[in-house]
Amino acid sequence: MSSMAENPLDLLPELLILLGAVAGLLVGLFVPRRRQRVVAWICGLALVSAMAAAGYAMTRPDVMAFEAFAVDLPTNVTRLAVAGMTLLIVLLGSGRLRGHSRESEWYVLVLLAALGTIVLAGASDLLVFVAGYLLASIPAYALAGFGKDAHGTEAALKYYLMGTFLGVVMLAGVTLQYGLSGTTSYTPAPGVPAAAGVAVLLVLAGVLFKVGAVPAHFWVPDATQGSSAPVAAFITTVPKIGAFIGLLRLATEVFAGTWRPVLAVIAVATMTLGNLAAFYQDNVRRLLAYSTISQAGYLLLPVVVAGQSGLAQPALLFYVAAYAVTNVGAFAVVVATGADSLTSYDGLGRRSPLLAFALLVCLLGLVGTPPTGVFVAKLLAFAAAWDGGYAWLAVIAVFNTVASVFYYLRWIVPLFRPGEPPAEPHPAASRVAELSALLSILLGLASGTFLALSPSGPP
Amino acid sequence: MLSVVIFLPLAAAALLVLPRLGRRAVLGIWIGAAAVDLALVLVMWLGYGSGIAHETRLRWIPSIGAGYHVGVDGLSLPLIAMTAVLFLLCAVYSVRETRRPRAYAALFLFLQTVCTGLFAALDLLLFFVFFDLSIVGMYFLIVGWGHGEARRSALQFFLYTFLGSLVLLLGFIGLFLAGGTFDMVELIQNPPAASALVLLAIGLGLAIKTPTVPVHTWLPPAHTDAPAAGSAILAGVLLKMGTYGLVRIAMPMMPQAWRAYAWVIIIVGVVSVLYGALAALAQENIKRLIAYTSVNHMGYIVLALGAAGLSSGASRAKDLAVTGAVTQMVSHGLLTGALFLLTGVLWDRARSYDAGRFGGIAANAPVFTALATVAAFGSLGLPGLSGFIAEFQIFIGVIGTGAIVAGALSILGILITAALFLRLLHRAFLGEPGELTGRMLEARPSEIAAVAPLLLLSLAIGIAPRWLLDLIEPASALVVSWVSR
Repeated sequence: MSSMAENPLDLLPELLILLGAVAGLLVGLFVPRRRQRVVAWICGLALVSAMAAAGYAMTRPDVMAFEAFAVDLPTNVTRLAVAGMTLLIVLLGSGRLRGHSRESEWYVLVLLAALGTIVLAGASDLLVFVAGYLLASIPAYALAGFGKDAHGTEAALKYYLMGTFLGVVMLAGVTLQYGLSGTTSYTPAPGVPAAAGVAVLLVLAGVLFKVGAVPAHFWVPDATQGSSAPVAAFITTVPKIGAFIGLLRLATEVFAGTWRPVLAVIAVATMTLGNLAAFYQDNVRRLLAYSTISQAGYLLLPVVVAGQSGLAQPALLFYVAAYAVTNVGAFAVVVATGADSLTSYDGLGRRSPLLAFALLVCLLGLVGTPPTGVFVAKLLAFAAAWDGGYAWLAVIAVFNTVASVFYYLRWIVPLFRPGEPPAEPHPAASRVAELSALLSILLGLASGTFLALSPSGPP
Repeated sequence: MLSVVIFLPLAAAALLVLPRLGRRAVLGIWIGAAAVDLALVLVMWLGYGSGIAHETRLRWIPSIGAGYHVGVDGLSLPLIAMTAVLFLLCAVYSVRETRRPRAYAALFLFLQTVCTGLFAALDLLLFFVFFDLSIVGMYFLIVGWGHGEARRSALQFFLYTFLGSLVLLLGFIGLFLAGGTFDMVELIQNPPAASALVLLAIGLGLAIKTPTVPVHTWLPPAHTDAPAAGSAILAGVLLKMGTYGLVRIAMPMMPQAWRAYAWVIIIVGVVSVLYGALAALAQENIKRLIAYTSVNHMGYIVLALGAAGLSSGASRAKDLAVTGAVTQMVSHGLLTGALFLLTGVLWDRARSYDAGRFGGIAANAPVFTALATVAAFGSLGLPGLSGFIAEFQIFIGVIGTGAIVAGALSILGILITAALFLRLLHRAFLGEPGELTGRMLEARPSEIAAVAPLLLLSLAIGIAPRWLLDLIEPASALVVSWVSR
C-alpha cells in the first residue's frame, strides 16, 4: 500500500451511493405513491455517478483511506461491478414495483446493501469489515421478506437467523484476533503474530455465509426461492462480489499459515454439493440457487492460492465480474417470463427467440463455454490453482463443471421444445437479460483489455 | 483472407436469424455461403507456397500470451478444403429439410465456422474455443433434428466430449504454465519441458474426440440418432479434430513424451483398429456399423502417428506414416461423409437402418446402389480410391519404423472391414427383396448431387494423388523432424 490519506473524496463512489440512498428515502417520503418512480431515477443516477467516480479512481494511484479502507484495483473493480449489477437489478425491480406501497424503500434497501458490499471488499480493518458485513446483510434480510407473504417470511427468517448467528461468530473471531495481536488492522505491527487458527475459522464463518459457501449455504435455496425474483438476483450476485474480494484480502493479509488446505476442502465441498443438489431441481430458481453455490466453489479456487500464484488476483477479479453479469442475466429471464418451473419454458425459443438466446448464452456461460466471460474466468482460475500447487483442485473443478452441464441443459432443452408458449415476457426485464448476455460475451472477447488492468503477468 | 473463410459462414448464419425469410431464400443463402467459402479455400490452395501462409495475429489476452492467431500449412489446408467440400454438399443434401430450416441452416453454418477455425487456429486457447463450440453446435443438431433416442444420445455426446474438452483444457494450461504462452508457433519452436501428465491430459482429451477405444462409447448412439447430414459432419469433420490435434499439438510440442510413450499410442491404435472392425462386423444397424468403422479408420491414424514417435526406424518411413495419416483424415472425411448421407436416404424412405429388413435394393434403386457400393469399396481400401492411398502409406510407414507386428495386426483390420462391407452389400443390396425394399425409391437428384462429388474426389485422390500429397508431404516431414528433436 502506498500513502495513507484522510481525504473523504477517496471514498467518493461510496458517498455517492449513500447520498443516493438518503436522497431516495427523503424524496420517497414526500412524493405521492404513483410518482415514486422518481426514486428509482435518483438511485440509478447515484449508481451511474458512483461508477463514473470509480472509473476515475482507477486512473489514480492506490491509496489507503483513513487507515482502514484500501482504494486499489480490487476495490475499484468491486465498485464498478457492484454499482453496475445493482443498476441492472433496480431496472429489474422497477417494473414489478410500480405503485407498490413501499416502492421507494425497496430501492433504498438495495442501495444500502450494495454499499455494504463495497465496504466488505475495501475494508482493511476487521472492524470495518464487520460493519460492512452488517450493512450488506441487514437490508438484504428486509428485502428477502419484502413481499410479506409466507414464502418470503420464511426466506427472510432463515436468511436472518443464519446471518446473525454467523455474524456473531465472526465478531467473536475479531475479538479473539484483537486480544491476540492488539490490533484489528489487516497489517499487524511487526512482531505481533497473525491471526491464530481459531480466530481465522471464526472470521471465515461470516465470510462463508456471505458468499454462500458450504457449510454456511443453507439459506441460499430458500432465500432464492422465497423472495421475489429481483431480490433473489440481488442476494445471489451482489454480496458475492464484495465478499470474495474481501476474502481475497483477508487470505493474503490476515490468514497467514495453514488455511490453504482448509479453503481447498471447503471449495471442493461447495462445488460438489451445489452441483449434486442442483441435478433434479424442477424449479429454476432453486436450480439457480444451487448453481450459485457451486459457482462459489469455483470462485474459491483463486482464493486458495492467493499470494502463491500471480494469476490468483486477476482470476478472482475477472471471475466475480463475469459471474455476476451472467447470473443477473439468467435471473433477468426469470423476471421477464415470471415462470418458475422448468416445463413452463417450453416453446420460449419460438415465442421470444432473442430472450431464449440470451438465456442460452447465460446458461452456457455459467457452464464456462467459450467465448463468454466465465470461460476466461474459469481458465484463469484453473491455471491459478495449478500454478499455485493445487492441480488436483483444478481436476476436481473440471469434473464438477462436466457434471454441471447436465442441469443447465435440463433448462436449455425446453426452450427449443415445441409447447404452449409462456405469456408475453416483460419487455424491460427482457432487455436487461439481453444486455447481460451481450456483456457476458463481450467480457470474454475483450478479456485482454480487462486483464491488462491487473498488474500480475504470466507466472 | 483466412479470417474471411472462417467467419463468412457465421456471417451468413447471422443473416438468416435476422429477417423473416422463406425456405428457398434460406437455402439460397446457405448453399451460396458454402460455395463462396469453398471457392475462397481453392484460391488459398492454388496460391499456397510453403510454410505457414495467410497468417493473422491479433491480441486477445496478451497478459497470458493468448491471441487470435490463425494460418494454414500443409497439415491444415487439406482438412480445411475437405471441411468446405463436405459442408457444401451437406447443404445440397439438405434441400428437402422441412423442419425449421432456418435454424437448421444457421447451425450448420455456425459449425462450419467452428470447424474451419479449429483447423486454422495457431493458438491453443483459440483452438480450444472452437473445439468446445463444436460440441455445443452438434448437441443442438442432434437434439433438434435427430431421431430415435435423440435427447439421450445428445446428452451423452455432450457430457462425454465436454469432459474430454475440459481435460484437454487442463493439458493446455499445463503447457501454458510450462511454456509461458498459448501460442502454438512459439510452443513448437521451444517445446516446454512438460510432464507425462500433460501428455496424458491432452492425449485423453483428443482421444475422446477421435474417438479411440476405450473412450469411444459416445460415438455409436450419437451417430445413430443424429440426422444424416449431422452424422456426415460429425464423422467427416469433428472426429478429425482429435487426430489433427495429435499432429498439430501433441507431437511437436511434447516430442520427448511422445517418443517415450510411442508404444502406448501404437497399442491404442491397433486395439481401435481391431475392436472397431470386429464391433462393426457384429452390427445389424447399418448406421451403427458405419459408426464403428470410423473407430477402425481413426485407429489407423493413431497407429501411424504413434509409429512416427518410435526411436528406431528411418525418417523416410516416419514421413510416410504421417503423410498417410493426414491423407487418411481427408479420405475418411469424404468416404464416411458419403456413407452417412446414403444412410440418410434409407431413413428418409424406410425409417429403418436394419440391414436384415432390406435386401435386393439394387433392383429398385440402381444408382443408389452404385453410389453405396463405391463408397463401401472406398472405405474398405480398394485400390483406385483414396482409402487405399492413405492406408497403403500408413502400413509401409508403420512396418518401416519397425512396428512389424502392429502393422501386420492392422492389416487384419482391413480384411475384417472388407468382409463386413461385402456382407452388408450382400444382405441389403443383392439377393431377394426384404420387407422394406419396396419403399426404397431411387436416389433423388439432390442426393446424387451431394454424394457423387465426394466419391469423385475420392477417386481423384485414388488415381492421381500427387496434387494432394505434394501439399501434405513437406508438412509431414516437418512434424517428423520436430518429433525427433
